[in-house]
Amino acid sequence: MRYGRGPEVLSDVSLSLPRGSFHFVTGPSGAGKSSLLKLIYLASRPSSGSVRLFGEDVAAMPARDLPRTRRRIGVVFQDLLLLDHLSAFDNTALPLRIAGHKASEYRNDVAELLTWVGLGARMDALPPTLAGGEKQRLAIARAVVNRPEILLADEPTGNVDHEMALRIYRLFVELNRLGTTIIIATHDQDLVARSARPVLHLDKGRLRPLPPQGPAE
Amino acid sequence: MSEPFDPARWRPASFLPEEDARDPALLFVVAVLCFLACLTALGVIAGNRAAQGWASQLTGEATVIVRARGGETPDAAAARAAETLAGVPGVTEARALEKEKAYELIRPWLGDVADLDDLPVPRLVAVGLDDKAPATAATLDKALKGQGLDAVVDDHSVWIKDIRHAAGVVRWTAGTLLALIAGAAAAVVAYATRAGLAARRDVVEVLHLTGAEDSQIANLFELRFARIAALSGAAGALGAAVLGAVLRLVGGGQGITPALPIAWVDLLAVLPCPILAALVAAVAARITARRLIQRL
Ligand SMILES: Nc1ncnc2c1ncn2[C@@H]1O[C@H](COP(=O)(O)OP(=O)(O)OP(=O)(O)O)[C@@H](O)[C@H]1O
Ligand SMILES: [Mg+2]
Repeated sequence: MRYGRGPEVLSDVSLSLPRGSFHFVTGPSGAGKSSLLKLIYLASRPSSGSVRLFGEDVAAMPARDLPRTRRRIGVVFQDLLLLDHLSAFDNTALPLRIAGHKASEYRNDVAELLTWVGLGARMDALPPTLAGGEKQRLAIARAVVNRPEILLADEPTGNVDHEMALRIYRLFVELNRLGTTIIIATHDQDLVARSARPVLHLDKGRLRPLPPQGPAE
Repeated sequence: MSEPFDPARWRPASFLPEEDARDPALLFVVAVLCFLACLTALGVIAGNRAAQGWASQLTGEATVIVRARGGETPDAAAARAAETLAGVPGVTEARALEKEKAYELIRPWLGDVADLDDLPVPRLVAVGLDDKAPATAATLDKALKGQGLDAVVDDHSVWIKDIRHAAGVVRWTAGTLLALIAGAAAAVVAYATRAGLAARRDVVEVLHLTGAEDSQIANLFELRFARIAALSGAAGALGAAVLGAVLRLVGGGQGITPALPIAWVDLLAVLPCPILAALVAAVAARITARRLIQRL
């Protein structure tokens, strides 16, 4: 793929991830990790080639069918994309509201999830008043609140200490155990090294799958 | 310390920042446009009423000009004409005007005349017509000819046509004005929608990526601008109604002048303004938002 008329940032990338799998995407800065995730969460379309999700070619999908597919995917964006004028609670509830759920159905789940990620006391806080790690956890809460079938996380542990990173990792493992396909783009070599998950290594837009780095869990 | 957050009392907040909805410039422009639209509407209503008043005064009567023929004196001819006309169905009253009165009517064109008798002033017969089934000019004319009278009937239809025509022109002008005002309001809202979308690209992007349909996002802008327009519309309408009431009070029972009579019930005409403003704003915002979102 390429951005506008820019150079190709991903080329010859060919991969197929089974349902329920758990992968890391690693690589130096600028290698194209975020670009790869954008293709999967339907923020970009490939300049050539195809992207198949849930058995459909989403690269060729008409724009009006995209929302339906996007609702099955949760994303932790690298720059978080929290809405600054909405409380932590409202930010988290956003995917549920968009999907048309009623407040009465989910308000307790949202509160529970926020408590679980350690934001129980900051539910009515606005993102600009949150610490970096708190924002990150809020973004994660929003990404998983709708029980997505695929979870894409772009640097989800970039702003948190080691302990919180492990906790977040365990949340992903838990979701994966419940059936969610997980893809995490990360620089966190430490995390990757501890994990028994397969690694997709990107370098200058080219993909090199690596075996799991860590011991079996 | 504020109360702890209670999820049970949580109400979903607007996806678009509330403070965007309080743009005073937009509120002001829409309010002014609605004010002008309401004044235009009041003007048309008053104008129509005035035209109707004049026309109905004129339809109720006709004037017949009688010239003496043969040896008959003008007075006798006029009296005979009046008598004839009184017998025609659809005529309620026919009265010959004295020479002096007829002269009064034409004096503005003639100036003062020393001796009235030197002047061949034609005699006039004022005819009152039945409001429901007025006799036509042709009927009157026929009755007069039947009696061998040399007379010209003027049933004022020329004037009535003029008044109707003028009223029609006023209506068309007002309609055009209202259309222009609605167009201007739509343009302002479209502009504001564009600005709102540009200012909140981040919100739109997040909503999109979270799976919002284009129409869901367009809806946010549609509702927001409909609400703003309804509020401004109410303010503008209220302003126009107050002005109308002042004109009515200043003008006394007849309104500001008999030429532009405003009745209290006319002020109700401003009521639909907020709703119409909201509709125009909603349509403009929806079309603009959808077009821009599709291009993102
Ligand atoms: N919106 C964009 N427009 C143009 N070029 C872009 C855009 N986003 C990324 N790029 C370019 O694409 C290449 C890959 O960027 P990408 O963000 O995918 O890298 P990354 O692996 O996620 O890096 P990082 O680890 O720093 O997040 C880079 O050269 C970058 O400059
Ligand atoms: Mg990146």
